Amino acid sequence: MTPVLELTGITKQFPGVLANDHIDLKLEKGEILALLGENGAGKSTLMNILYGLYQPDSGTIFVNGKQIDVHSSIDAIRAGIGMVHQHFMLIPVFTVTDNVMLGEESLVLGDFLDRKTAAARIRKISEQYNLDVDPNAMVGDLPVGVQQRVEIIKLLYRDASILIFDEPTAVLTPQEADELFKIMRSLSEQGKSIIFITHKLREVLEYSDRIMVIRRGKVIGETTPSDADQEKLAEMMVGRAVNLNQDKKKAQKGEIVLQAKDLVVADSTKKITVHSITFTLYSGEILGIAGVQGNGQTELEEAVTGMRDFESGEIQISGKVIRKIKPREFVEAGGAHVPEDRQRDGLILSFPVEDNLMLCTYYKPPFSINGILDRKEIRRNAQTLISEFDVRTPSPLTDVGTLSGGNQQKVIVARELSRNNRLIVASQPTRGLDVGSIEYIHGQLLKKRDEGCGILLISSELDEIMELSDRILVMYKGEAIVTVDADAVSKSEIGLYMAGISQQRIPGSSETAAEKSSMGE
Amino acid sequence: MSALNNDTEQKKNEAKQAGEIFLQELSRKPSNNNSFFSKLWSAIQIPFLAILSGLFLGALIIIFTSPDVYEAFGKGLGTGFKAVFSVVGNAYGALFAGAFGSPSKIMEALRTGEKIDRVFKPISQSLVETTPYLLSGLALALGFRAGIFNVGGEGQIYVGGTAAAFVGFAFADLPRAIHLPLSVLVGIIAGGIWGFIPGWLKAKTGSHEVINTIMLNYIALRLVEFLLTGPMTKIGSGGMPISNPVQESARIPLIFKKPLTLHYGFFFALIMAVLIWFFLFKTKWGFNLQMAGANKHAAKYAGLNIGIWTVLGMTISGALNGLCGANQVLGVTYTMGLGVSAGYGFDSIALALLANNNPLGCILSALLFGLLRTGSRNMMSNTGIPLDIVSIVQAFILMFIAAPAIIRTVYHLRAKKVQAPTAVNVSGWGGNR
Repeated sequence: MTPVLELTGITKQFPGVLANDHIDLKLEKGEILALLGENGAGKSTLMNILYGLYQPDSGTIFVNGKQIDVHSSIDAIRAGIGMVHQHFMLIPVFTVTDNVMLGEESLVLGDFLDRKTAAARIRKISEQYNLDVDPNAMVGDLPVGVQQRVEIIKLLYRDASILIFDEPTAVLTPQEADELFKIMRSLSEQGKSIIFITHKLREVLEYSDRIMVIRRGKVIGETTPSDADQEKLAEMMVGRAVNLNQDKKKAQKGEIVLQAKDLVVADSTKKITVHSITFTLYSGEILGIAGVQGNGQTELEEAVTGMRDFESGEIQISGKVIRKIKPREFVEAGGAHVPEDRQRDGLILSFPVEDNLMLCTYYKPPFSINGILDRKEIRRNAQTLISEFDVRTPSPLTDVGTLSGGNQQKVIVARELSRNNRLIVASQPTRGLDVGSIEYIHGQLLKKRDEGCGILLISSELDEIMELSDRILVMYKGEAIVTVDADAVSKSEIGLYMAGISQQRIPGSSETAAEKSSMGE
Repeated sequence: MSALNNDTEQKKNEAKQAGEIFLQELSRKPSNNNSFFSKLWSAIQIPFLAILSGLFLGALIIIFTSPDVYEAFGKGLGTGFKAVFSVVGNAYGALFAGAFGSPSKIMEALRTGEKIDRVFKPISQSLVETTPYLLSGLALALGFRAGIFNVGGEGQIYVGGTAAAFVGFAFADLPRAIHLPLSVLVGIIAGGIWGFIPGWLKAKTGSHEVINTIMLNYIALRLVEFLLTGPMTKIGSGGMPISNPVQESARIPLIFKKPLTLHYGFFFALIMAVLIWFFLFKTKWGFNLQMAGANKHAAKYAGLNIGIWTVLGMTISGALNGLCGANQVLGVTYTMGLGVSAGYGFDSIALALLANNNPLGCILSALLFGLLRTGSRNMMSNTGIPLDIVSIVQAFILMFIAAPAIIRTVYHLRAKKVQAPTAVNVSGWGGNR
């Protein structure tokens, strides 16, 4: 049987990088193929070539045995190829129907938009694949998981038979992710063929039919979930053995380093997003803040580190009450902050690496003496940190904006963790990073913990929270709905908390809880 | 991309390929060769090629607007081309001679010892013209580094010049050692205040400095006009907008005798350039200023109060423009009039960009502007080509600086390394801003 899709010898050269090096790929009908690789391995480039966003330097694309030229996404859609991007391409103030029709409406140029027929078709597609999407809902009102399904409907509406998902679970709760994979399975059972791009090993093993690993633009190998395990896949991805499970000693809790009492924080639009949160962080432990993005974690992080004023409540750092804290006071009090948005807050992209490595303490010795910057010392500091934290940069004078995401994050981690601090607030410290960098940063955080730092770890990556935390606080709609010992809970329990299911509901029946969760979406 | 070009363009003649390869070699990003010259070249290649291209397009305009050329082409192709070269040659020759002086005359004068002051007059005049460009250029460069677009240079120059003129003529019998510095200082302060206002408005209310500085230009102009026709007017000027001449003791001394008008303000401006450079790149306060300009979120994260640094940046920028006004009044015109600024406040925007907002680079681009302006006067009087051609050349240069992609395409330079797509993904992730 001819494969639905076949790529042969796809090669793409970017200045200085061979992004795709003679990649061959076959996709059978009804198959779910996982494309696994680190950031920058070339998987997104490959899919963008397939989708017509880039032109390959060489290589051919066959759909159903016929060679096609893909010069733009329109060609790709015509050939039945559709892509769900990591960032949704939806207009929030439009209804589902309008969003789905967008781009297709040009076909009825000069005519009125026929919303009724479109809505009926959307409803039919939604029923056929169990997507559960209301065509008349406003997209902005829908949870992220449903928005993603709107994206899927957009593709099905255009009769796509090959669906590409780019890091589809990055923005989902575990429950939503499970839901998505169920949908993917039902799509494949009804004859659609699926490629999904990811760097998450667990997803690949659980949900794919076949796994293709790409490293540095080359296909490293192919395997199936039954023949592989996480260690093997990680090694294929990174090219060396990776320690996936950090050896974690038991936490040696000490004195209180950070205490928040009835903390109320508003976002930039003055909407209260953190409702009266109270927690205590001890030295020598990692307190994980779990939650789906947008449940107040960002504002909590900013309030604690002085980036945002809080409305009421109290913060104590090492026993000192602080009513209004500024970022510099936070640093002076022994705090380190790995911010959520590294490019906006954590780095000055147009500044060289060495300047970014002194960003929070540049104003005092050894970096600045009587107001004059000591460039020698700054260079020495940069060289030490670059080698110690393995930052891959051509030189300390390279603009930090030209480094890869993982190395940018390493610059921040190097700067923040190298100070002699007692308190670390790390928000999404490994977001978007590859396995190797994640391993490294996790190791560094645990090392700091064992040295007696108190670490507040905010992450929407549940695996990360589970792996590193000693205690876990789950935030939902701005409230701390539970604080538990990490050893005492399972991942699925935390997942339910993240979806807003309160503790009392769980013991009764897990079915009720699951029902509630899908209703909640 | 360039490698591909080489593959496909083999039919092109060898000389062109050699030129391309040469340019590529020159423009190659220094990987492990960090020699001084390769760094210098990578810093100046775009400005250099922009100037070259600007002069080239200026030449085209000279050709197309010259009646002689059309006439010559009517006579024949050969005569036509000859005329093209002679028109451009004459124009740019006069420009050059007007800016630097005539090399042969300089040699002659040095040999005979006669008319030495006259042959050096053009270069002296160019340096006098360079000074206000440099001071105002520094103001703009510092502003850009601090993330501020100060379009209020003209107003700040007017205010600074007027204040300096007032102190210059109102106080008699002061020794120069006090009178001159005092006049300069008051000019600086006045310009600083004119910069402080939009800075403070931006920090407090978030109103955009471009709008406010433009508005303050109008206010300054009318205010100065009022002062010059009323309270400060020159006695017996009959209501002309011109101030009393400043006292001898408040004038910046000339370095040589007349007709060489070069005054110590030029060296003072050079020192300012070095000081500003030191401030921006070697002190923590300069680092603060640049942080606030480059990324205010990260600057806040690093512990800065952005508002203070916005106000400060704007104030220093205004003060430098005030100094520019004081320099013109005390060193060149000796009286405050409405013609004190020949558009320095606006030209310096281009100047600062040409210098990549580097204070030392400002010295070079101010020299360029000063030479062009002085030379263009000679060009007009000798060849009848209007001064404005220089404005056109300057405008082209600025356009090429603002859109370096044009230069890179035309000269087949390698683009700066584009950020890897993976790095871009990271910032927009999640979407709960």
